[in-house]
Amino acid sequence: MGQTLAEKILERHTDTAVDGPGQIVRCRISLALANDITAPLAIKSLRAMGVTRVFDPQRVVLVCDHFTPNKDIDSAEQVKTVREFARQMGIVHYYEGGDVGVEHALLPELGLVGPGDVVVGADSHTCTYGGLGAFATGLGSTDVAAAMALGETWFKVPATIRVDITGMVPPYVGAKDFILEVIGRIGVAGALYQALEFAGPVVEAMSVEGRMTMANMAIEAGAKAGLFAADSATLAYTEAHGRQGDSPIAPDADAQYARRLSIDATGMSPRVACPHLPENVRPVEEVAGIPVDQVVIGSCTNGRIEDLRAAAHVLRGQRVAKGVRLIILPASPKAYRQALDEGLLATFLDAGAVVGPPTCGPCLGGHMGILAAGERCIATTNRNFRGRMGSLDSEVYLASPAVAAASAVAGTIIHPAQVAA
Amino acid sequence: MVVTGTVHLVGDHIDTDAIIPARFLVTTDPQELGKHCMEGLTPGWVQRVQRGDILVAGENFGCGSSREHAPLAILGAGIPVVLAKSFARIFYRNGFNMGLPLLELGEAVDTIADGHRLTVDVTQGVVENHSTGAQIHVQPVPAFMLEMLQAGGLVGYVRQRLGGGA
Repeated sequence: MGQTLAEKILERHTDTAVDGPGQIVRCRISLALANDITAPLAIKSLRAMGVTRVFDPQRVVLVCDHFTPNKDIDSAEQVKTVREFARQMGIVHYYEGGDVGVEHALLPELGLVGPGDVVVGADSHTCTYGGLGAFATGLGSTDVAAAMALGETWFKVPATIRVDITGMVPPYVGAKDFILEVIGRIGVAGALYQALEFAGPVVEAMSVEGRMTMANMAIEAGAKAGLFAADSATLAYTEAHGRQGDSPIAPDADAQYARRLSIDATGMSPRVACPHLPENVRPVEEVAGIPVDQVVIGSCTNGRIEDLRAAAHVLRGQRVAKGVRLIILPASPKAYRQALDEGLLATFLDAGAVVGPPTCGPCLGGHMGILAAGERCIATTNRNFRGRMGSLDSEVYLASPAVAAASAVAGTIIHPAQVAA
Repeated sequence: MVVTGTVHLVGDHIDTDAIIPARFLVTTDPQELGKHCMEGLTPGWVQRVQRGDILVAGENFGCGSSREHAPLAILGAGIPVVLAKSFARIFYRNGFNMGLPLLELGEAVDTIADGHRLTVDVTQGVVENHSTGAQIHVQPVPAFMLEMLQAGGLVGYVRQRLGGGA
């Protein structure tokens, strides 16, 4: 019987044959990841476990990206704990300061993840690496601590929902709109305990960065992983980011799926997720005209160079509407530098945006753009739960960089075609 | 493991930002986190909770972030068990890892109201509702998870592995 991507990858990392969904397998991991919020708990658990060394100091990654640059004394203490632990354990991939990027934008750029890998991270958006053909999933701090100690973890093999995307993709429609469409159709628990697998001609033509945007939000449908086959585009991406020896991986033609979904991109318009769940998805036309106080462009979902280019394309020669705060946070040092070299930062500044450092900051209501009661934000981030970005009486709408940038110019939610020159 | 307590009922898709908002994630201390349990749902929510009370939820409880602070905040608030129609998967693992047992009740949750008195037998998968007289039988906690609980949670399990070899 044929295998899905999830089954195929998990089987490579375990000593038993993977027969199908429901089986519990113990897997060797390729990489374990934690951040400045989740690593302190993992470190606490490692100490309670009596662990004095990690399984491989090359394959444990610690990224201080959430509350950094440290927003207060308590956050600074947490980062200090992580820094000292990294030093003590000889962890090679420790990132803070000017080396830091939002973790899921950073790791692929550093070439730390490749096709066929199994990655566990104490961060729910670890599923991003599915865009590279890796089985990657979020776990709690103690699960990740165990993985750091043993070099392995357990999984229940997930059933898979297959999503095929076909048709002609209209201008200003892309990866973010497709993943919002999927979440809107199946709901925030639609893929609970399952994996999502994306395929079809639109996916084959999609950039690797776009695939990571889609995989990133698999968790927003409750999924364990969001997977893409690794093809020539994937291999070109990983090679360009310093990796060698990666090979393609694809599901078998006769793989068994729990459910199939198809999306026709033809005639589709950009999608917006309305408060307070990522499943409240509408075509942008239906929410056009809703005024916004703040716009955030960045995050592990949409802070990569392609996203910054899409925002700059809309913002070029435009001004942010009076009374609207546009906050742009390139998600990695490399994306930041490239945006500078390409003149995108000048476009942002000329438009009246605040350009900040790579940080998760506002996405989770940490810092650098918190909302007051009654305020409304449209963001390229991944969650719009009540109170996510600040006051319990604020609202977050989720959209693509193009829609977010256009809305900053108009001061209301709007289709980018109505703004761009 | 058997627990008796009063029900605090919450709805569907209670996310981890509702259970413990990110601004409180500057500590790993369960007692401190417990003071803010459910503050993203209703400010001051935890004040209604007595030690030993039971949290009952709808679908997809604990969706969102992987923060282990969420089960820790619930434990810190003095809640020893959570029942729900279904749980988000990261939260499900985290609960057991932290020593917070979780029981999936499915649609039977609809027969439970806020303020009901329940006795929950986690090992047998039986929930007795003293307020209605009903008994709910569900799949007990998977053997695999029970083994881990018996090893003292995941921390104890890894200690054993490292001490006794794989």
